[in-house]
Amino acid sequence: MKIWAIFKKEMRLYFTSPVAWVVLTIFLFIAGYFFASIFSFFSQASIQSAMNPQMGRDLNVTDSVMRPLFSNISVILLLLMPLVTMRLFAEERRAGTIELLLTYPVRDGAVLAGKYLAALGLYALMIGLTVLYPLIVVYFARLEWGPVLTGYLGLLLMGATFIAVGVFASSLTENQIVAAVTTFGVLLIFWILGWSADYAGGSIGRVLQFLSILEHNDSFSKGVLDTKDLLYYVNFTALALFLTLRSLEARRWKG
Amino acid sequence: MIEVDHLTKNYGLVAAIRDVSFSVSPGQIVGFLGPNGAGKSTTMRILACFMPASSGMARVAGYDVFQQSMEVRRRIGYLPENVPLYTDMRVAPYLDFVAEVKGVGRSERRRRVADVMDRCLVADVQNRLIGKLSKGYRQRVGVAQAIVSDPEVLILDEPTIGLDPKQITEIRSLIKSLAGQHTVILSTHILPEVSMVCGAVIIINKGAIVAQGPIDTLVEQFFPTSRLEVEIAGPPSAVRDRIRAIPGVLSVQDQAPANGAARYTVEAARGRDVRAEIFQLAAQQRWDLLELKRVGMTLEEVFIRIVAGEESSESPEGVVEKSVGEPSS
Repeated sequence: MKIWAIFKKEMRLYFTSPVAWVVLTIFLFIAGYFFASIFSFFSQASIQSAMNPQMGRDLNVTDSVMRPLFSNISVILLLLMPLVTMRLFAEERRAGTIELLLTYPVRDGAVLAGKYLAALGLYALMIGLTVLYPLIVVYFARLEWGPVLTGYLGLLLMGATFIAVGVFASSLTENQIVAAVTTFGVLLIFWILGWSADYAGGSIGRVLQFLSILEHNDSFSKGVLDTKDLLYYVNFTALALFLTLRSLEARRWKG
Repeated sequence: MIEVDHLTKNYGLVAAIRDVSFSVSPGQIVGFLGPNGAGKSTTMRILACFMPASSGMARVAGYDVFQQSMEVRRRIGYLPENVPLYTDMRVAPYLDFVAEVKGVGRSERRRRVADVMDRCLVADVQNRLIGKLSKGYRQRVGVAQAIVSDPEVLILDEPTIGLDPKQITEIRSLIKSLAGQHTVILSTHILPEVSMVCGAVIIINKGAIVAQGPIDTLVEQFFPTSRLEVEIAGPPSAVRDRIRAIPGVLSVQDQAPANGAARYTVEAARGRDVRAEIFQLAAQQRWDLLELKRVGMTLEEVFIRIVAGEESSESPEGVVEKSVGEPSS
């Protein structure tokens, strides 16, 4: 399988260079910090609620720890993922290795799929390692696994979209910084669209809210699986990958 | 094996190559020569299916590089000019990746990678990061990745640049050993290298083919005379006139005289060896014959004459036969 060969090569490049290690370390450090502070805040609230049973009724570990954690993680990802995807094509262009890669008997689609899946694999490893946090929670409290699972599904889908945007930006330039800034800019705009939704109001507000890239993740972490959110991420990813393929093919035509 | 027909490539308004046609028959090693910016790399990039031509047609192993690029890419090994490699990969895994992507089966891959590392003399650095290798090693890893899938056609853009003399010899003999089963087209600046490795040459200048064919044929075409250098101690004018009188001698020219003796350059019709007659003449006249030597015309002189001729717009194209190349199959 050609896709598998490309996937292995990209994974090797991530892990022989310090990129993957640095990204994993920083990500887990920040995510761990968020988890620790949210969880200790929750345990303080629990102690207080022991004296005030009225307040205790609203305390729910899934809702008060996992949901804010997922939302914080998505912000870290927004900052970090452009740095994971920026090298995928830009680096090959700068180093000229794309000249060899694209003259090997591999279809552009397979090159793209291999690279995309490699970035997705690294991403899955990143969020996979955070499963430690719900495991810690479950040791101390009763956790509803349903919303945690959908929360992870949401993170995975959202990350898949981030990566697709990043790959597209990377295919447009040979400068990694340009690729990272473009990705970050696009993702940020789709994030802050949701903010304006509140005061835009009406149907424009609803459209803006629908376009917001983080908004859709929220229902997943509540434990709601909505086709609207699923389709949003799947379509967004598919569009970005389609554009990437076009941008790779464009080179074959114009030279 | 390689057929190029009226190929033109424009970058915007600038034509990198114009109306280039040549053919390479199977098993041949062909040198692709030309000054910098003549269009060598452009032509090779088109042949390797990296970029399309603006017009014209190119076929490699019977497949069109544009229409059937996947078939062509399966059958070629390509080494681009600046040897782009993944600096963050180690040598053996890199070659394994290339072999896999080129469709070498899992069981055969290990053997082929080991074999190619031996042939290209990179086995001793197989666990090193490519980015940490010296230029010479990187160049050889580049050649290794081109031949790892045992392709029918090799397209090598400057394969010996940046190597030390010993490594150049090694790569040269490697390329030579590929003749027969592989068709090789290689570009280079180093002209003596071409005469050593290649059977035929294609010379390109300013985007157009100016000469092509077997080296001997080209030399004969451009230098229809044979040349001798003679050093004789004797009265210059008499020497000149008597040598001139030998049948077959076309011209005699003085060179700077040294300690009483004088050097002459004698041109005679090709195939006419006048050395014995010059010796007899000197003996008869009791002149001291100090040196008598045949000067071989080299590809270098052909190249310079062609390229310089182009420059002074005194077009040699009337002299050059445009398609000396063998019929291709």
